Amino acid sequence: MSLTSSVPIVAGSPRDLAKRFMSVPSAVIALAVFLGFCLLGFGAPLIAPQNPYDLRQVDILDSLLPPGSQSFTGMTYWLGTDGQGRDMLSAMLYGIRISLIVGLLSGFLALIFGTMVGLVAAYRRGWVDTLLMRIVDLQLSFPTILVALILLVILGRGVDKIIFALVVVQWAYFARTVRGVALVEGAREYVDAARGLRLGGLRILLGHILPNCLPTMLVVATMQMAMAISLEATLSFLGLGLPPTRPSLGLLIANGFDYLQSGRYWISVLPGLVLLAIIISANVLGDRLRDVLNPRL
Amino acid sequence: MAEFIIKRVLQALLVLLVMTVLVFFGVNVIGNPVYIFASSECDQACLTKIIADLGLDRPVWEQYLVFLGNLLQGDLGNSFTHGIPALSLIFERLPATLELAFAALVLALVIGLPLGMRAGLKPEAFSSRCIMAFSMIGFSLPVFWIGLIMILVFSVQLGWMPSIGRGDTVEVFGTEFSFLTLNGLHHLAMPAFTLSLIMMAMVIRLTRAGMREVLFADYIKFARANGIRERRILSTHVMKNILIPIVTVLGMEFGGVIAFAVVVESIFSWPGVGKMLIDAIGVLDRPLIVAYLIFVVFMFVILNLLVDILYSILDPRVRLGDSPT
Repeated sequence: MSLTSSVPIVAGSPRDLAKRFMSVPSAVIALAVFLGFCLLGFGAPLIAPQNPYDLRQVDILDSLLPPGSQSFTGMTYWLGTDGQGRDMLSAMLYGIRISLIVGLLSGFLALIFGTMVGLVAAYRRGWVDTLLMRIVDLQLSFPTILVALILLVILGRGVDKIIFALVVVQWAYFARTVRGVALVEGAREYVDAARGLRLGGLRILLGHILPNCLPTMLVVATMQMAMAISLEATLSFLGLGLPPTRPSLGLLIANGFDYLQSGRYWISVLPGLVLLAIIISANVLGDRLRDVLNPRL
Repeated sequence: MAEFIIKRVLQALLVLLVMTVLVFFGVNVIGNPVYIFASSECDQACLTKIIADLGLDRPVWEQYLVFLGNLLQGDLGNSFTHGIPALSLIFERLPATLELAFAALVLALVIGLPLGMRAGLKPEAFSSRCIMAFSMIGFSLPVFWIGLIMILVFSVQLGWMPSIGRGDTVEVFGTEFSFLTLNGLHHLAMPAFTLSLIMMAMVIRLTRAGMREVLFADYIKFARANGIRERRILSTHVMKNILIPIVTVLGMEFGGVIAFAVVVESIFSWPGVGKMLIDAIGVLDRPLIVAYLIFVVFMFVILNLLVDILYSILDPRVRLGDSPT
């Protein structure tokens, strides 16, 4: 075993890494934007001017008002209203919430499942590895949007269903990446040392190999989350993702699409801009994390 | 060679079989198809008759075998809404989708290659940075959003481009094509560009990476030493070598383009198979949905099989060793 191969992937303490991460302005801005939207989304019930899904608070007479208009009751619709008279600002805040929940939760579940599969494949080797990786190859040979489309056509609409579909299309990426890293890590001296100490397989896997896979997993997870949010928006736009009762950003954009031709741009464009900001900031974050953590992807 | 091909074909058949099981059980077992056939005034006797007609009183595995038998004969049932065989409906709509997909492919190459070469030649230049930023945007932004903004800007605000349909078509060998008329091209431009963005971003990245690698190769140095003009070096020596990975990746991505066509077609009301699927879902036209899913999976498995076999012919290492990891 050569000396170079025992150099850990991540050099430096978490504080050093944070400092290096923060040294690029675009990364700081992206982090601020992303956290800002998380705050807005998860605080939606507290800060939104109205609950857009409480019909008592929505007045159909206020529908399709441009941004800055006033309602009959004197409330100002800063971002206008949609076809049902809902305040766009409130609808968007709730939409951010749904989009983020779906993206984060599906990414997290896919991460757990994919990591387990990847670790098992890397540790057991042999036919287990071959079988699992064949399944991963097969899964990755189909375009993600196609698999998600087929699943949702079969399952129907629903928050749980779209999360399931997104987990199905994402786990294979995690499995393959984690397997690759775990294979490299498994060949290092510290694993030999742990084996020499007669530690159990599970303990070596979870206590020694897994922590060293974390930086890579973090990078993949950030990128996958951006992809999941984008995919959910696309599917909801097609009317396949979330039910109309839980409108995400994609569904808001779809609702506004009908009014786009008549020049009422705000219903579609404003949630779209928020969606873009979330996706781009998540991508920039992922890029920067990759540079800082420098995993071998 | 023959052994490899036989193995791959068997594997593909297995995948197809598994997919038919998934689609059949998914669509027919999770929901109850009776309520789609039955009208609201249907009483119990009428319901029983429909169940018997559909074969739903038989065990599930028997239903599946009947479905599989019909499938092997190319019979995927009649569409509820159109009343004609679902499969023929798909083949009727397919040329429009293929036209859109090929137009996107051509656009991706025609725009992506020069941009990628530029970015590879002068990686530090401002224009190259803009090109790379553009490719990142093409990758990460949702396709439907780009299409929407194009409609807003070019159709609603400026009024330059039509936002709906195929425009005038010309019939060639019994199929309609838009790209042969000016009006059709006008209609084709925006959807094709929207669909091409992901591929274009990929072409730009691959071309740039290829340029960075090839430009420093010895044969380029020798070509320069021989006094061959720069333009000729780029257009023949460099081009030939960077095209190999690009063609491979585009071949493999073509299935993804057909899938994304669903999104683009529904935004621009392009009358292809993708739009048909979304419409079918809207009215719960179950045979049509199943037919589309089976058809797409079939097409995809065949495409993967062809790419694999072609690859093994071009690169013997693939069929000799195990899959490289």
